[in-house]
Amino acid sequence: MTPLTDIGQLAEHYDLVVVGAGPAGLSAAARAAELGLIVLLVDENPTPGGQIYRAITTTPVKDRAVLGEDYWRGSSIVGRFERAKAAYAPGCTVWSLGPDEGEPGTFEIGLSLGGKARMIAASQAILTTGAQERPFPIPGWTLPGVMTAGAAQIALKGAGIVPVGRTVIAGCGPLLYLLASQLAAAGAEIVAVLDTTPKRNWTKALAAFPDFLRSPYLAKGLQLMAQTRRRLHFVSNVTGLAAAGEGRLASVTVERKGAAETIVCDTLLLHQGVIPGVNLTNAAGCEHFFDNEQHCWVPKLDRWFASSVPGIAIAGDGAGIGGAESAALRGEIAAFDAARRLGRLTKPERDRKAAPVRAELERRLRGRRFLDLLYKPAPQFLAPKDETIVCRCEEVTAGQIRDAARRLGVTGPNQMKAFLRCGMGPCQGRLCGPTVVELIAEVRGRTPAEIGYYRLRPPVKPVTLAELAALPQTEASVEAVVR
Amino acid sequence: MFRPMRDLAPAVALNFTFDGKALKGRAGDTVAAALLANGIVACRETPVSGAPRAPYCLMGICFDCLVVIDGIGNRQGCLVPLAEGMAVETQHGRRHVEEV
Ligand code: FES
Repeated sequence: MTPLTDIGQLAEHYDLVVVGAGPAGLSAAARAAELGLIVLLVDENPTPGGQIYRAITTTPVKDRAVLGEDYWRGSSIVGRFERAKAAYAPGCTVWSLGPDEGEPGTFEIGLSLGGKARMIAASQAILTTGAQERPFPIPGWTLPGVMTAGAAQIALKGAGIVPVGRTVIAGCGPLLYLLASQLAAAGAEIVAVLDTTPKRNWTKALAAFPDFLRSPYLAKGLQLMAQTRRRLHFVSNVTGLAAAGEGRLASVTVERKGAAETIVCDTLLLHQGVIPGVNLTNAAGCEHFFDNEQHCWVPKLDRWFASSVPGIAIAGDGAGIGGAESAALRGEIAAFDAARRLGRLTKPERDRKAAPVRAELERRLRGRRFLDLLYKPAPQFLAPKDETIVCRCEEVTAGQIRDAARRLGVTGPNQMKAFLRCGMGPCQGRLCGPTVVELIAEVRGRTPAEIGYYRLRPPVKPVTLAELAALPQTEASVEAVVR
Repeated sequence: MFRPMRDLAPAVALNFTFDGKALKGRAGDTVAAALLANGIVACRETPVSGAPRAPYCLMGICFDCLVVIDGIGNRQGCLVPLAEGMAVETQHGRRHVEEV
């Protein structure tokens, strides 16, 4: 692996550009390089690993038991990439990806590194931008002191820091147990774990239970769950949450069984599962659909993780949530197909090489459906009460969105932008999109699939005017503005 | 609001400032992590209501960690590695045109 630290070191053209250095991106880039492709892996973080193997090469956490063996498995994935002949640009942001008008069949990618922007070309792209935590809008979630549980995990992995004082963790999903146990092992004072899993989900989930029994994680997952429940103060069947404080968090009010209780705390960590981050894939023009079981937007992909845009594949959790092990395998499969598209592998070669990876992927995905059904968030946490801020950037409340949908007849999230500016702040809808869709669907009596999602456009990450202005001009771009 | 856990690998100490106040961080930290570790409660004020905000996701998606770093506004503190001598400041509202 060759690290690139200056944008000038990037080549004009690569066979394959992989975006995101989590397990999927690292494996895709390593495999493609092993197959002889000229590969660039770009990642906006300073070190490889993505979120799941965050800071795997640099973490100051010495006690391996704190983060657990599953975390340390990331070392071998990074190790393989480091041995591969690929270029790696950390701290590099991709802000646009589109077909190269001048050269059909190639892509033009807009990048920023060290405050300088540049356009490069690629024949193929594999987007492995991963997942984000599902927005968890509750009253007071914008207060300092409230953060996602994933953020606390990132702080622990990356900097070896833990919350000070009384810490409450709230939400649902398999990761909640892992986060709670890691933070407890690191010495955080967890005063309560508030479980929002709706009781009635069990009925639906049980139908998928036989499959879950064959899941490779069953034993480990159950053990972790039992341990966490035994060691920490667990509160189930939570139906309402509200954070409060003046300028910073002071307490969280918990509703269950029709009664409310207030817990004084310094930190509140929220988590209700993860969803694919769709900003880059959506802006690149890839088609998406609403997955009812995972309850989120997922790109439309074929068996090789190829999207609706020829030449763009999407692997890892960005292709639909599957977890870290499946992400690495998906990356490999996408890389085999990229090599086939570039003529480095024939179809039969590709199929033969990918067969064992595919079999392992199937094994890894067993039991996923059970988890998806069990941990589907309750409606009140998807479409919150009126006073709740939904768009954190523009400070738009659920009540305003409901009102616009009802009184002004706003039918979709794109139109909603024009009325309320939700989704138009710097996060570009990442933290409000799913909720805005949910609220419009609720008011209009439709499904999220019928409502649709934001149409996102590049730049998908902020890029300064100075960076854009300093981009080298092509003849075509000069002609476009000079008359 | 955060503190180092026990038994951390040693790291080079870095000096930086937040709104003029001298602070210390560890090499390898992001700006946002260093602020949290120093007990900084809020790092920005929103453009709409002026409400205080602190890093929320630490993974580059929420933009609540926006700060001014060495005079350049709207930087995502959770993506920028801390460096010796950095001057970090609260981001008040929107980035101002004269900074561009
Ligand atoms: S803390 Fe969310 S973008 Fe930095």
